[in-house]
Amino acid sequence: MNAIAPHVAETDRLRLAPGVMLRNDRRRDQWMLMGPERLLVLDEMALAIVRACVGPEIADVAAGIDRLTVEYDAPRTEVAADVLEMLTDLRNKGYVVT
Amino acid sequence: MSCALPAFAAASNAEPAPPFAVLMELTHRCPLRCPYCSNPVALDPASAELDTATWKRVLDEAADVGALQVHFSGGEPCVRKDLEELVAHATEVGLYSNLITSAVLLDQPRLERLQKAGLQHVQISLQDAESAGADRVGGFKGGHAKKLEVARAVVRQGLALTINAVLHRHNIDRVNDVIDLAMDLGAGRIEIANVQYYGWALANRAALMPSRDQLLAMDAAVRARLPELAGRIVVDYVVPDYYARRPKSCMGGWARRFMNVTPRGRVLPCHAAETIPGMQFETVHDRSLSDIWRDGPAFTRYRGTDWMPEPCQSCDRKEEDWGGCRCQALALAGSADATDPVCELSPAHADVAVLRDRDAAALGTDWTYRGA
Repeated sequence: MNAIAPHVAETDRLRLAPGVMLRNDRRRDQWMLMGPERLLVLDEMALAIVRACVGPEIADVAAGIDRLTVEYDAPRTEVAADVLEMLTDLRNKGYVVT
Repeated sequence: MSCALPAFAAASNAEPAPPFAVLMELTHRCPLRCPYCSNPVALDPASAELDTATWKRVLDEAADVGALQVHFSGGEPCVRKDLEELVAHATEVGLYSNLITSAVLLDQPRLERLQKAGLQHVQISLQDAESAGADRVGGFKGGHAKKLEVARAVVRQGLALTINAVLHRHNIDRVNDVIDLAMDLGAGRIEIANVQYYGWALANRAALMPSRDQLLAMDAAVRARLPELAGRIVVDYVVPDYYARRPKSCMGGWARRFMNVTPRGRVLPCHAAETIPGMQFETVHDRSLSDIWRDGPAFTRYRGTDWMPEPCQSCDRKEEDWGGCRCQALALAGSADATDPVCELSPAHADVAVLRDRDAAALGTDWTYRGA
């Protein structure tokens, strides 16, 4: 079995895990990641991170961080720390895979 | 059932937040005969099962009440020839479909049809890490090998796979092998499901209860592996009730997240609720799921915290564990209104240890297979 890094890295390419989809629930007016027998409600920041960093069309996590740094006009080191922490959490919960 | 979900905020006391999911027990029929089956001891016969049109209406109502997911369960849901049609209908009304199955009736062509209908996730139960033990528990020769074959097909097709590993006296020592097997199969998630003693399992408790030493060894093995497993497989692990000090948040709280529809169409707050005497259950023929969810007598009976006795009422965890499990309170303390005796604050907690130790020592007890 392959070893896996304890944290998501900027060089990783992430996609939604099998059975996971990004959905908007109109009744609750919430964005969520829907997965096997579970869901995760996304706040505005989490949604922006998923959109910027997860998906086959995205070169790597670093590209997403670059984009968010510009969009939110924030220091890149701070953005990168927040993004990597959240993506690691999403990976450990099974919502995204490398 | 374990569940790591946020609870949706309720709009008001009169209008409960919508359920997360509806569990549809399409049938009680099953080719396996596991002695810990969570189905009731009195099984619904095939002749009593809801027909396709009614299940479709129930799916419409599940979407209307605000559920986001449907769990097609049983018994073995694949005995229903209309499963593809029901999955397609769930997809049409915007529900996310999970299939909870023994897998022994599945094959690749049917999996492909189900995926085409919109199925997202397949949960396959394993009875053990190896064939001899697994087939003995399931009472179905060749079942284990078939499950592995289907599990690989599920992953190959790009569907999400969960392995549900049910642990008890006879296989708990192989927990590491089961985890290895789930990873080898490519499962995204494993439920390490220590037997919960309801239904057939309650009747077979003396044949299934692991010893304290077994429990401690399993618990240490799982906890030691969790860091290594992070990011590779999601582990849902709950300490077995009879060895716990605080109760589980059963169903995420009574009538807070789930509705359960039985094969004959009874609407329950949990699959074991029919064991509670004096409850009034409505059926899908009586009222809509929305009406039943809002103010059905079985749903309002233990929803929230008003019903709670002490020590729950003044407990700062009362909105975390919601008083534990009503069916377990009934089975162990003699009343569904009581604090779940699994809680060490319950006056009946000491009795749980006595029962547990008595049953754990009853080695050599034969189980009774689940009926057909």
